[in-house]
Amino acid sequence: MLRYSLKRLLSLLVSLAVASLVIFFVVEVAPGDPASFMLGVNAQPDTLAALRAELGLDLPKWQRYLAWVGGMLTGDFGTSYTYRTPVAQMIADRLWVSLPLALYALTLSTLIAFPAGIYAAARRGKPGDMAVMGATQLGVALPNFWFAMMMVLVFAINLRWFSAGGFAGWQDGLLPGLKSLTLPAISLALPQAAILARVMRSALLDILGEDFMRTARAKGLTRRQALWRHGVRNALIPVLTIIGLQFSFLLAGAIIIEQVFYLPGLGRLVFRAISSRDLIVVESVVMLLVFAVIVVNFAVDLAYAAVDPRLRTRT
Amino acid sequence: MSLLEIENLTLSIGGIGILDRVSLHVDAGEIVAVTGESGSGKSMTALAVMGLLPERASATGRIALDGRDLLTTPEPAMCALRGREIGMVFQEPMTALNPVQTIGAQVMETILVHDAMPRAEARARAREVLTRVGLPPERFPLTRYPHELSGGQRQRVVIAMAIALRPKLLIADEPTTALDVTTQAQILDLLKGLVDEFGMGLLMITHDLAVVAGMADRIVVMRHGAVVETGETRRLLADMRHPYTRMLFEASRHQVDLPAAPAPAPLLEVQDVVRDYRLPRTRLFAPVEHARAVNHISFTLNRGERLGLVGESGCGKSTLTRAILGLDEVQGGSIRLDGEPVFTGHRPNLAVRRKMQVVFQDPFGSFNPRHRVDRLITEPFHLLGDPPRGAARDAAIAEALTAVGLTPGDARKYIHEFSGGQRQRIAIARALIIRPELILFDEAVSALDVSVRAQILDLLAELCRAYELTYLFISHDLSVVRSVTDRVLVMQAGEIVEQGPTEQVFTDPQHPYTRKLIAAAPVLPELGLGVA
Amino acid sequence: MSGARRNLVLGGALSALVVLAALVSFVWTPYDHTALDIPGKLQPPGPEHWLGTDHFGRDMLSMIMVGARTSIAVALVAVGIGITLGVPLGLAAAALKGSWLDEVIMRGNDLIFAFPSLVIAILITAVFGAGAVNAIIAIGIFNIPVFARITRGAALSLWQREFILAARVSGKSAARISAEHILPNVANLLIVQGTIQFSLGILAEAGLSYVGLGAQPPTPSWGRMLADAQTMVSIAPHLALVPGIAIVLTVLGLNLMGDGLRDWLDPRLRVART
Repeated sequence: MLRYSLKRLLSLLVSLAVASLVIFFVVEVAPGDPASFMLGVNAQPDTLAALRAELGLDLPKWQRYLAWVGGMLTGDFGTSYTYRTPVAQMIADRLWVSLPLALYALTLSTLIAFPAGIYAAARRGKPGDMAVMGATQLGVALPNFWFAMMMVLVFAINLRWFSAGGFAGWQDGLLPGLKSLTLPAISLALPQAAILARVMRSALLDILGEDFMRTARAKGLTRRQALWRHGVRNALIPVLTIIGLQFSFLLAGAIIIEQVFYLPGLGRLVFRAISSRDLIVVESVVMLLVFAVIVVNFAVDLAYAAVDPRLRTRT
Repeated sequence: MSLLEIENLTLSIGGIGILDRVSLHVDAGEIVAVTGESGSGKSMTALAVMGLLPERASATGRIALDGRDLLTTPEPAMCALRGREIGMVFQEPMTALNPVQTIGAQVMETILVHDAMPRAEARARAREVLTRVGLPPERFPLTRYPHELSGGQRQRVVIAMAIALRPKLLIADEPTTALDVTTQAQILDLLKGLVDEFGMGLLMITHDLAVVAGMADRIVVMRHGAVVETGETRRLLADMRHPYTRMLFEASRHQVDLPAAPAPAPLLEVQDVVRDYRLPRTRLFAPVEHARAVNHISFTLNRGERLGLVGESGCGKSTLTRAILGLDEVQGGSIRLDGEPVFTGHRPNLAVRRKMQVVFQDPFGSFNPRHRVDRLITEPFHLLGDPPRGAARDAAIAEALTAVGLTPGDARKYIHEFSGGQRQRIAIARALIIRPELILFDEAVSALDVSVRAQILDLLAELCRAYELTYLFISHDLSVVRSVTDRVLVMQAGEIVEQGPTEQVFTDPQHPYTRKLIAAAPVLPELGLGVA
Repeated sequence: MSGARRNLVLGGALSALVVLAALVSFVWTPYDHTALDIPGKLQPPGPEHWLGTDHFGRDMLSMIMVGARTSIAVALVAVGIGITLGVPLGLAAAALKGSWLDEVIMRGNDLIFAFPSLVIAILITAVFGAGAVNAIIAIGIFNIPVFARITRGAALSLWQREFILAARVSGKSAARISAEHILPNVANLLIVQGTIQFSLGILAEAGLSYVGLGAQPPTPSWGRMLADAQTMVSIAPHLALVPGIAIVLTVLGLNLMGDGLRDWLDPRLRVART
């Protein structure tokens, strides 16, 4: 188990290093000098040079890369070109919206998908299965941001159960914050839940055809007992893969959904940074998103080992 | 009243008839073997008793266990019976266990699901039955996972699960088909011992007539979903009434008539060959370790000779086959065909390759399903510098197909239009078409029913006469090797432990392993054949 | 079988309808999709304008038809990028299983999976500016590992089959075996996966255009129509309903067609649906 975890950890570090290189050098090829962009066309050469020195833009590329990575490791993401405030602070503020939103959606999606998938697999070919499959077919086809607009139309504008947008913040406790994230989380979660339920169902159906399921029935387990005791845990292996992948979709989706609900999250930050060419902010947000995805997939790899004893002893 | 009585069991799945008025019975303490070729309905009979038929199946007739009709017993009551009154053992021990649960939990589950005893007692009982089946907890703790056990050990766990509650009836569906002969002998002994000890009835499904003859008190022969003959074992072997039964037994012990081999002249020379595999690293920065699959093997195959290679799974015979074919590079020694090395440098030698062909085991996986037969069997033409084209190509195809008992008209068909036996004929046609010096038969008849197998073996003998074939026949089946080879190599753990003329090795084995192997292989008795 | 055929027919019909609308829009649309008609703005669907008009009085049906072009073009090219780069990589990785090349390809795949299309689009847009081409590149890059992985998986199991061994015994090279035996036997899988990626491409394009990282004005796109509709959804819901339903029906049609194709070609095909 320890050997397996170490191996995964090593691969995680390599992925992070390569990802940071890719991001840094893609942004490096960007045309235009941030310093002249910040000061405008009429800037004096000496003020320009001073700003470039202040931002570290006059150093060789590899030194700047090392400084950037080194800074991130110590929590220093640099200074925003446009706002002249630490990027780390700006990101931290927004992260308190985007991350809870993604996690909220992931939880909802899993809570909906597991029972739906198991229910459909247990009633394969029967009306219950058909209904679930039909609903998921529709759910998979829903663009989450459009679904979000429809939710706003129905639940905020017509029924007035929720506010149409904005974020209540966490300062008044958990509930007001959660409430303002509920509609966004549902909009994010339902399409993903549809995918996950389909994966759960087909993974279970595969497992139901396995020899050991017949063995379980020969022992005297009912169909339902066999499904729960022997099917679900084995089906978790493919399902975990999808959950890991979904996290990156949810993070990306959260950025889009924030636009629908006017949430002050990473999405707002990054789109404003793009339009003002605040590349250091873009760079840092992208690195953070990629970091989150890689770390979640590392966690999924560890979860595999918890589910599947074959991984623990091999390699 | 018998323990199990099946009367006029008729079964259809989705409107297709599977079983037709099957009747048989099993008494307590009795072993009844149901035998027949694939498609005879023997496994479906077993599943019908368990009440585990496919969903669209509909059955009529009567299956009575202790007088209670199982066909009319509702599902919840069947669940209570399964595992408690009837236990079942399956064919594939590698997949019959849940890979993510410990063996202890799986054996205990049989007990706990029936609320037969409290948890602590169930654990004690699990230890007891695992010990009984030869897996004492001191050496095989309950916390082991299935992947940590061998095939034979897993089958013991499956048996332990089936007998944990001492059922009255045990059903075993091809319980040893996936196992090696020595393991098979142990599992059969175990089953026999359990029947004696607990007075269970054992309904055993198997295609292997030698196993049937050595094990069963009574035999039921099935064909196309119906019982053709049944009787007490000794009586049936002495006096077979039905021609199909006779055909089946004759095919099982079929001997072919090989022409005499020419004077020895070396064709394939294998010298001191070593084949290592890289093992996955055990620690992150540990040095790479190797497992030796083939350990300093040397032998010579003479032109016109039929050489056998026998050994159990994992002995290295497949690895050796791949090395001879030039599919994998060896780490030591040399393989020469007609004096030329199979590998030159790090590349396979095409000049040598065109003198060799192979026939594989699986009649279903050996062909690209998207190509027609003519394209399939002319694939080896790729090895020729100047392959025949046009009429010459057609003539070569027609000749090869005719030689293996098919017709030239089959050339335009797809592979799915042929039966397993026909496919194996096509595989032989593909091997023959470039007239190789040497053909390797890699378990080439192991997947076939006995009657088809006999026909393919006859075809081999015929081809030997017509083409003076030289072949290496690799198999785990000792009786087949004995029939179609002049000389035999016995392989164990990567080494050849014995070699010699086939008859001599079989009648007077020298190495202890050869002796063990021959002793473990079930043999058909001489009784009753030819009695009209 | 009947379920598979129903999916195939229904899905095929929906997809064909969308493609037809896109093709027809090159020669004819009910109105000029750029013609403004401020007095006739925000009309609900009616006999004059079947799907109503937007906040500039433009005909929604005409915009939907022209928008279909953008969606289809972006998704199609992105799938094409995924197939032309991903499939050879997957075939090579399977043929050279365990070699350093296999390792590099698979690690590269894992790395790309850490960059969702949107993140790639953000990076590209930040550096080069927004546009439909960037959307294509962003979605296309993400498609490469999808096809590489599924090709490699299917090819690996084929390499274990005896008919491949027979081809090797016949002296055929790995490249030739990949082209002659492996590729035709994974083609069905690629067709089905291609359909699914196509529908995902439509969704992704809509999302990117919605946040302004995709097609720019004056190129019409369904995603941007939704972005424009956002502030007016309470007074004119059809502004959001029409493009949204167009997206849902297109994606639904493609998915149904993919499922139908899979069941029809081979029910045992393993397709990743993510």
